Amino acid sequence: MQLTLWTYEGPPHMGAMRIATSMEGVHYVLHAPQGDTYADLLFTMIERRDRRPPVTYTTFQARDLGGDTAEMVKTSVREAYERFKPRAMLVGESCTAEIIQDQPGSLAQSMGLPIPVVNLELPAYSKKENWGASETFYHLVRTLLLPHVPAPGTARETRPATRRPRANLLGPTLLGFRNRDDVKEVTRLLNDLGVDVHVVAPLGATPESLMTIPEADFNVCLYPEIADTTCRWLQKSFGMPTVKTVPLGIGATREFILEVGTVAGIDVEPFLERERLGVSQMDSSQSLLPWYSRSVDATYLTGKRVFIFGDATHVKAAARIASQELGFTIVGLGTYSREFARDIREVAKLYGVEAVISDDYLDVEKAVGDAAPELVLGTQMERHIAKRLGVPCAVISSPIHVQDVPARFSPQMGFEGANVIFDTWVHPLMMGLEEHLLQMFREDFEFADGAVPSHLHSVHGKSAADVVVDVTVAAAATAATVNADPSDVATESPAVAAEQAASTQTLVATDAEWLPDAEKELKKIPFFVRGKAKRNTERYALEHGVAHITVDTLYEAKAFYGR
Amino acid sequence: MSATLPMSALTGCGEMPEPLVRNATHLPVLKERGQREVFCGLTGIVWLHRKMQDAFFMVVGSRTCAHLIQSAAGVMIFAEPRFGTAILGERDLAGLADANDELDRCVTQLLERRPDIKTLFLVGSCPSEVIKLDLARGAERLNERFFPQVRVLNYSGSGIETTFTQGEDTCLKSMIPHMPATTSTATELMVVGTLADVVEDQFMRIFNDMGVGPVHFFPPRMARDLPPIGPNTRLLLAQPFLSETVRALQARGATLLPSPYPFGVNGTTAWFRAAGQAFDIPDERVAKAIRAPAERATSSLVRYREKLQGKRLFFFPDSQLEIPLARFLYQECGVELIEVGSPYLDRLLVEAELPLLPDTITLSEGQDVDKQLDRCREARPDLTVCGLGLANPLEAEGLRTKWSIELVFSPTHGYDQAADLAELFARPLERAQRLTV
Repeated sequence: MQLTLWTYEGPPHMGAMRIATSMEGVHYVLHAPQGDTYADLLFTMIERRDRRPPVTYTTFQARDLGGDTAEMVKTSVREAYERFKPRAMLVGESCTAEIIQDQPGSLAQSMGLPIPVVNLELPAYSKKENWGASETFYHLVRTLLLPHVPAPGTARETRPATRRPRANLLGPTLLGFRNRDDVKEVTRLLNDLGVDVHVVAPLGATPESLMTIPEADFNVCLYPEIADTTCRWLQKSFGMPTVKTVPLGIGATREFILEVGTVAGIDVEPFLERERLGVSQMDSSQSLLPWYSRSVDATYLTGKRVFIFGDATHVKAAARIASQELGFTIVGLGTYSREFARDIREVAKLYGVEAVISDDYLDVEKAVGDAAPELVLGTQMERHIAKRLGVPCAVISSPIHVQDVPARFSPQMGFEGANVIFDTWVHPLMMGLEEHLLQMFREDFEFADGAVPSHLHSVHGKSAADVVVDVTVAAAATAATVNADPSDVATESPAVAAEQAASTQTLVATDAEWLPDAEKELKKIPFFVRGKAKRNTERYALEHGVAHITVDTLYEAKAFYGR
Repeated sequence: MSATLPMSALTGCGEMPEPLVRNATHLPVLKERGQREVFCGLTGIVWLHRKMQDAFFMVVGSRTCAHLIQSAAGVMIFAEPRFGTAILGERDLAGLADANDELDRCVTQLLERRPDIKTLFLVGSCPSEVIKLDLARGAERLNERFFPQVRVLNYSGSGIETTFTQGEDTCLKSMIPHMPATTSTATELMVVGTLADVVEDQFMRIFNDMGVGPVHFFPPRMARDLPPIGPNTRLLLAQPFLSETVRALQARGATLLPSPYPFGVNGTTAWFRAAGQAFDIPDERVAKAIRAPAERATSSLVRYREKLQGKRLFFFPDSQLEIPLARFLYQECGVELIEVGSPYLDRLLVEAELPLLPDTITLSEGQDVDKQLDRCREARPDLTVCGLGLANPLEAEGLRTKWSIELVFSPTHGYDQAADLAELFARPLERAQRLTV
């Protein structure tokens, strides 16, 4: 048993639902009790899907358990086939059905349906959502293509010189972070390079289109959490090479282009040459990130302390972008994707930090608090953590909120993706001159304690205890599920929230006492650096045996730790 | 339609609303068994933990359970919540770890973190029930260790046993054995079912004006402050889904006051009158106490009645609030009802409501969602009340919808919320009128 407050990933059958719902012509029969249908609303509400997920739940109850729950599976499979006429079916079970061992997948396979039926065995008590999605995608592709695997040693046909190279984009799904827009952007990029996109899967694919996967020249593994297993199998069985670089950020996109060039046998140098000019020539730029980052107003970004958490793919990419493309300093990073723990530990080593490998929200919150970042890049959960700590945040990875499915085109991948990333990561921060003005005129009443900073549309500036707590039963969930800004929903009792806020901002243990003048001076420091100033001063006092913190101690500490 | 206008409320001399000559009491109920697009009882935690601020709800279940509550609550709550899940792992299922020891360990860990918790609910789930993890014994064992600092209770919120709001029913029932016995013989009133605090306060003011008291609310705002119960207790239900709770309270001697539920002017007036009668309060005094709020409510409903009059409505089953809400919409907003679905129909709880519904409706219990969707598409209602999993897909088919979960999570009871309640139904229609895209 593991005590959990929030989870980053759902159960593995949720991953299977993401595959089924991303595709057309596939139906998923899930042996599950009432209540598991909650999963539908993630698609209809977060993604605002206009159709129900193609999932039929057997909906067994306690009174059925003594009877024939297996028969319920067969009925559900039969009725789902009749009603929805899918061209492939997935059959599996959720956590409760796993215990009663009806083996719905095998049952369904024995029913003689005239379509491929994939038996999904996804252990609910040891695995999670992304793993479930990966397994489901792999088993579906394998079931459909296994009869067509060429004999070992068969040489792969070479591409006729008259035909443009073809690539499959594998991995994008619903509820993935900006996957829909990434597909569009990467497709455009490949087109510019002279490569046609053949199959995109699972997002928008059909059983028939999956059958044609081997007709492409290579696969692009856009999202290893979902597609790595499938890409490996296709490589082994059909000799299809895989492009493994995920084009997130300028550097990675350039490498992606080089890798595509190698795998597709095309010359990408002219394209890259033109793109590199963008560093100093706005007109020839594919992306404005390199130039904007070099523009003098971006100087204030130098060394901004950033904490990064999310799935492995986005964290790895974010670390590189943050440090090499924006000039931030990484003060912490980690992932909830345990399957990729080793990769992320290596990435962390590059930046001299210890990786947080955890799916425990409280661990992550503590790590963020300890690292005292000026910007958090994370998931929907870190948005809450950052809000409580009063630190700006940008979302870079699933799990997502309805806000993270914007109406406008906003990819993360490719050159346009880098533009979007520049904007979304930099906007929550103080602008350069604004920051200096704040420093200079910090006694201006608008900069005073409690004034809501213009760039944070949140309750920031109030102490946790000031946050208006809605004591009616109402609100929370109403607002919650749909469109509310998370900042509107402060739901805990003030006492608890205050206690939490205090405990997460635990300061360096010190016996030094703040003298009134020093305390007053501290309050003149803008709120967003005040915590750090306080912490530094107390640490300085501790290390230098200062018993009473004076105004001078404050400035001595500032000089000592100076940026 | 003026016959259904709450004229009586205007004069403050309201009787129970008149039963219709041809009403829904004897209608055959369409019972369906199939896929249900309804939450399980765990979802009740979302409002129960906010009602009782000294309580913590620990689900003993799977990752699915944790994901469900998180999704139902939205991932929105940025303080540490007063609920969590002890997620069962393979070791627990294989018997490698003694589940009881593991449970004790999780509870100890939690209580160390949260010394402010005074009542801990162990909440059973589908998997904990299927593996027959005995949470009642677990609670007993943990009470030996932690009581009186913390009282440990247990109930089931599992989807194989409970539907959505039934989670509140099983939760409240688990508290009843710990209620103290009443010490007096004077009549006392207990209002049963979670109400928004603001509504409780409104109701309390009216009860005071009527001279009704003492009044207890159950659940209380602090789980520690359980109301007393005994043969002198009269029960007035605020929520229509508390079957087991009512029966357990009756078993402790309490008497149920039959009444429609306090939705809309008619329902609220009848509800207060039921209380007044039980306390032998003169009619004039009751009338005087409710006059001002009832008049306010009646006049504020006028503009929504204009929007809702003659609109055809279809209720998918969700919270068991469907029958009283349908009655309110029919009587006070002039809505035409097509189908009123309820996940579960307990005649004891709706005996005062059914006679107020016309016999032209389809009354359905349980669900086979695909068949029900077929009926809904066939009927093409002006407004469909349904869960979040169905709302956007139906909107995409050109049907206007009202998501039902908001009806559970918003303050909708009583006079001063009557117009808010009507507005929730009018808004999607109003919106459809405004949009030209």
